[in-house]
Amino acid sequence: MKLYFKFFAMHLKSRMAYKKSFFFAVIGQFITTFTAFLTLYFLLDRFGSVKGYTMGECLLSASIMWISFPLAEWFFRGFDTFPGMIRHAEFDRVLVRPRSLIFQVMCQKLEFTRIGRLAQGVVTLAMGIAASGVEWTALRCLCLGLMILGGVCVFSALFLIYAALSFFTLEGLEFMNCFTDGAREHFAYPLEIYGEGFVKFGTYIIPYALFQYYPLQFLLGRAGAGFAFLPLLAPLFFIPAYALWRLGVRKYKSAGS
Amino acid sequence: MKALFTFFRMRVIYGLQYRTAAWAGVVTQFFWGFMEILLYKAFYEASPDRFPMAFEALVSYIWLRQALLALLNTWTFDNELFTKVLDGSVAYELCRPTSLYGMWFARTLALRVSRVILRCVPLFIVASLVPAPWGLNAPANPLALGCFVLSLGLAACVGVAFSMILYFTCFYTLSSEGIRFMMLPVAELLSGDLIPLPFLPVWLANIFHYSPFGSMANAPLRIYSGDLSGGAMVEMLCLQVFWLGVMAFIGWTLQNRGLRKLCVQGG
Repeated sequence: MKLYFKFFAMHLKSRMAYKKSFFFAVIGQFITTFTAFLTLYFLLDRFGSVKGYTMGECLLSASIMWISFPLAEWFFRGFDTFPGMIRHAEFDRVLVRPRSLIFQVMCQKLEFTRIGRLAQGVVTLAMGIAASGVEWTALRCLCLGLMILGGVCVFSALFLIYAALSFFTLEGLEFMNCFTDGAREHFAYPLEIYGEGFVKFGTYIIPYALFQYYPLQFLLGRAGAGFAFLPLLAPLFFIPAYALWRLGVRKYKSAGS
Repeated sequence: MKALFTFFRMRVIYGLQYRTAAWAGVVTQFFWGFMEILLYKAFYEASPDRFPMAFEALVSYIWLRQALLALLNTWTFDNELFTKVLDGSVAYELCRPTSLYGMWFARTLALRVSRVILRCVPLFIVASLVPAPWGLNAPANPLALGCFVLSLGLAACVGVAFSMILYFTCFYTLSSEGIRFMMLPVAELLSGDLIPLPFLPVWLANIFHYSPFGSMANAPLRIYSGDLSGGAMVEMLCLQVFWLGVMAFIGWTLQNRGLRKLCVQGG
């Protein structure tokens, strides 16, 4: 853990060497998400509600995605550049060091500019809380926290899978973006909007629904308190992700030089 | 002119080599289009009377946008050109007997055209095979198809003229990163890339429509499905020509003034 903080400080310092560029990147990140927010806002402003969800409820649901995704990206961005590490045989260096592999890849890169996106997510959450009229009890606050944590776990596990797959393909797989960036954009709305099939997919295959759709029902008072604890199941998604990663590491052959 | 055209063809052929990347792109773009149509479908079911365009027109809009993304988006640049200004190799470009503006325009357009050629065919095929309310519909009428092609060409040129302005601001600021980070998401929204403009509040949609960005993706996609027809369509085409002229003029002026004070360092 101490080592991680050292890496954290190191990356922060190196990023701060170019303050202006960092500043612009943060603002850019903010604007990018802000346009997604505007899209959602204008659509709901025009139509009033969708499948029984009001503007406030959709904002609440979107903010879960828009907070947990940049958090996962911030800390697990190293896995995004991982295909490059394999191609350039930098992974060999990682293998000989006496630390856990995942830990080292995590330390490769920290994406501080995601704070711009995170800020947008927090703003959305505040607006969602104000507009949705949820009665906040202690359990509901806890549930909200669990939802965000669950989201961070699922997205981190997806990044891990992305990296693990590159053991087999040697190249980044663009279609994985559908499950990460695609989920951030499209599953910002409660999954139910897309139909029954997507809710099932989000429950059993990639557990988006466990940290967003089901607990949201509890927050909105449409389901019992049992749903509040479903995000706790989301970290189970790490198991298949980790298994795939292990399989990849075992199969790994250096690309040479 | 002939030299520029040959150069353009050469760059298109060069760009056509990257096929694997194109396949990956096709899968992702198809998925995004599909999800987006599902979303609008849900809104349509919520209150059909507030839907600002025909549902079929919207579906065509989305599929066309996905298929032509590489040509119509606001964020495809030839990144090499930015580095050329930074590392001074722009000096080599200046030795050539054609104008810098013409060369770079041809090059950027070629990059977009080659990308779109690789990506649009599979998407067109799949999108037109998708069953009725979900698939790509035929154009409203033959005239709309003709004007769509014309408008598509103009939109692509307006887009490239916009990129040219960004390339040449590099002469003044060296790094264009800041401007790109801030401008591109805004341009994406204004050009109707994110959400078709009729879905915005009327006053805002009007501003966007008449802005230079309204002459990009917004124009051809709405002409195809008959959302813009008759007088509005003619007006749109004129607007595109107008903005192309203005953007080209700004880019050209930036180039000339930039070159006058350009200082290439190193040998």
